[in-house]
Amino acid sequence: MDILRFATAGSVDDGKSTLIGRLLYDSKTVFEDQIDAVERVSKERGDENVNLALLTDGLRAEREQGITIDVAYRYFASPKRKFIIADTPGHIQYTRNMVTGASTADLALILVDARKGLVEQSRRHAFLATLLQVPHLVLVVNKMDLVDFSQEVFNNIHEEFTAFATKLRVRDLEVIPVSALRGDNVVDRSEHMPWYDGPSLLHHLEHVHVASDRNLIDARFPVQYVVRPISDEYHDYRGYAGQIAGGVLKKGDDVMVLPSGFTSRIASVEVAGKEVDQAFPPMSVTIRLEDEIDISRGDMICRPHNQPTVTQDIDAMICWMDETATFQVGKKYAIKHTTRMARTIAKDLQYRLDVNTLHRDEEATSLALNEIGRVRLRTTVPLLCDDYGQNRTTGGFVLIDEGTNRTVAAGMIHNQ
Amino acid sequence: MSTPHGLYQLSQLDTLEAEAIFIMREVVAEFEKPVLLFSGGKDSIVMLHVAAKAFHPARVPFPVLHVDTGHNFAEVLDYRDRRVSELGVNLVVAKVQDAIDAGTVVQPPDGTRNRIQTPVLLDALEKGGYSAIFGGARRDEDKARAKERIYSFRDEFGQWDPKNQRPELWSVYNGKVHPGETIRVFPLSNWTELDIWHYIRREEIELPSIYYAHDRDVVDRNGMLFAVNEFITAKEGEQVKTMRVRYRTVGDASLTAAVESDADTIDKVVDEVATTRITERGATRGDDKFSEAAMEDRKREGYF
Repeated sequence: MDILRFATAGSVDDGKSTLIGRLLYDSKTVFEDQIDAVERVSKERGDENVNLALLTDGLRAEREQGITIDVAYRYFASPKRKFIIADTPGHIQYTRNMVTGASTADLALILVDARKGLVEQSRRHAFLATLLQVPHLVLVVNKMDLVDFSQEVFNNIHEEFTAFATKLRVRDLEVIPVSALRGDNVVDRSEHMPWYDGPSLLHHLEHVHVASDRNLIDARFPVQYVVRPISDEYHDYRGYAGQIAGGVLKKGDDVMVLPSGFTSRIASVEVAGKEVDQAFPPMSVTIRLEDEIDISRGDMICRPHNQPTVTQDIDAMICWMDETATFQVGKKYAIKHTTRMARTIAKDLQYRLDVNTLHRDEEATSLALNEIGRVRLRTTVPLLCDDYGQNRTTGGFVLIDEGTNRTVAAGMIHNQ
Repeated sequence: MSTPHGLYQLSQLDTLEAEAIFIMREVVAEFEKPVLLFSGGKDSIVMLHVAAKAFHPARVPFPVLHVDTGHNFAEVLDYRDRRVSELGVNLVVAKVQDAIDAGTVVQPPDGTRNRIQTPVLLDALEKGGYSAIFGGARRDEDKARAKERIYSFRDEFGQWDPKNQRPELWSVYNGKVHPGETIRVFPLSNWTELDIWHYIRREEIELPSIYYAHDRDVVDRNGMLFAVNEFITAKEGEQVKTMRVRYRTVGDASLTAAVESDADTIDKVVDEVATTRITERGATRGDDKFSEAAMEDRKREGYF
């Protein structure tokens, strides 16, 4: 059994909470005491039916304000897979939350109301999913029961979205007609839509192949920590601990350490002292080399003939995430990229991107909360990086305000 | 390179373990004084086990802190002392009783100590100068936890502010804090109760015996089975019964209830957890029943 991480986007009106509630309920992830609580609250509120959306209802702070503040993580499992849902609110601070949820997602699930079809928000969500390079996209056309399960309605939405997705270069798209309220095509195939011959939503989530989405070609091992036991038994032990960010590494492989450029060979790959045949993402391992060379946190182990870019000049798309300050050219920030912390100065804002129209505003001089722009940064030390499209781990970074310590931006590297 | 289905695919337990190991190494690399909160419950036991794997063959490079309410299960204290000595880690105990004796906290009239743990915890963290604190909380436990970050920023009062959380992207964690501020770190955020049990089985992790079915004298209080011991005596009208029970969670002995169970082996417990229809907190914790937002409120005060 493996894990599928997916992000959901959509507003309350699209029936997102009902859909998630339905997945949790039908997969028997919801417990009786949770159902009891939901029934009690439904009754107090005077709801006609038990409101499945309440299963995903959040914090007191949110109920008081009637909004969803933040990404909520939810879990369920089927016999085939464990699922982690990053449930992102559709409205307020939508971009920041969607970007956060999408950053770790294998799949993004976008909901539309069949009666309304695609709206601005659907396109925005699709764009953000592709900006974050989420490998698989599912458009869920919900509330099919309210359009009499009409094939024509579905086909129109399907066609319109497919055309848009092609422009965005979506790699894998599935479009599924459902009724979350009634359960059609959520877990089981619906009897009401005989014209639809695709999978149910759960069936698709169970079977979409994600292991090869990770980069298994370009070996990348950002050194996180050097294990040096202070004991007689392991006096000469020196292990480089980290999580494989790309490719496959095994004993005997010739490797190069960056930024020094020293070469060596892998003596062993270990997990808690046990040798493993090979290491691939996202395994956390300890690597020992045949030669004693000076390696510290922030360095990268790779293959001599397949190296990341080593540069202090970074071209990137960033999403600004802070409400207390704006992105300003000339300002210095802390930057965290893989296991390396450095400082950076904002050299240029090339354009601000309108996430709804994809229009590029080249006159823009700053980025505020939820705004996305193309920037150029200069770092104090070289980053060992790849294009975000090649590797989400070695291509992604965050900017941190040096005064407030707040995480102010997420960045995706797009060097030539 | 061809990658047929199944190749280079990590199981869910390996994926969760790899993530937890990454988080723990990240904290040790970036913080001067981390500490691991250890209650003797299964989640903190799993967390300590993962820590031992993360730094092998070196020792776990931080101490463990136990906030001791004074209401303990003897089996759990035995286990705690044995486990820390096996691993050679330093154990720090912060006693609620000491704080009551010193007059820094006041024992509520009902005798419970859950709420007054928080100031004792915060005091111990401040005294130890710990800037990063590992906790075994999981997001599937509660809806407040579901929205909390893996690196949970706390102000100088240890308070969690759900409206002011740092965005957390990929596996890039921001551990920068000003003096006095801290980060609570939850490496097991993405584990479910069932994952924990599957992992305990796979790794053959020993647990305090009370997690497995045994005979115990209990009273039934609002549907929850409380052990009769030095902290809980039968009230008038309550009947003491000997039942076959086990604990699903282990916390303060005056607040944690047992569940009726015949599961006396790890396999039986895994089967039981896989089919149970009640959440573990709902089944066993008097402390979370008070209000719908009990956990959220306590977190705001600095609780885990």
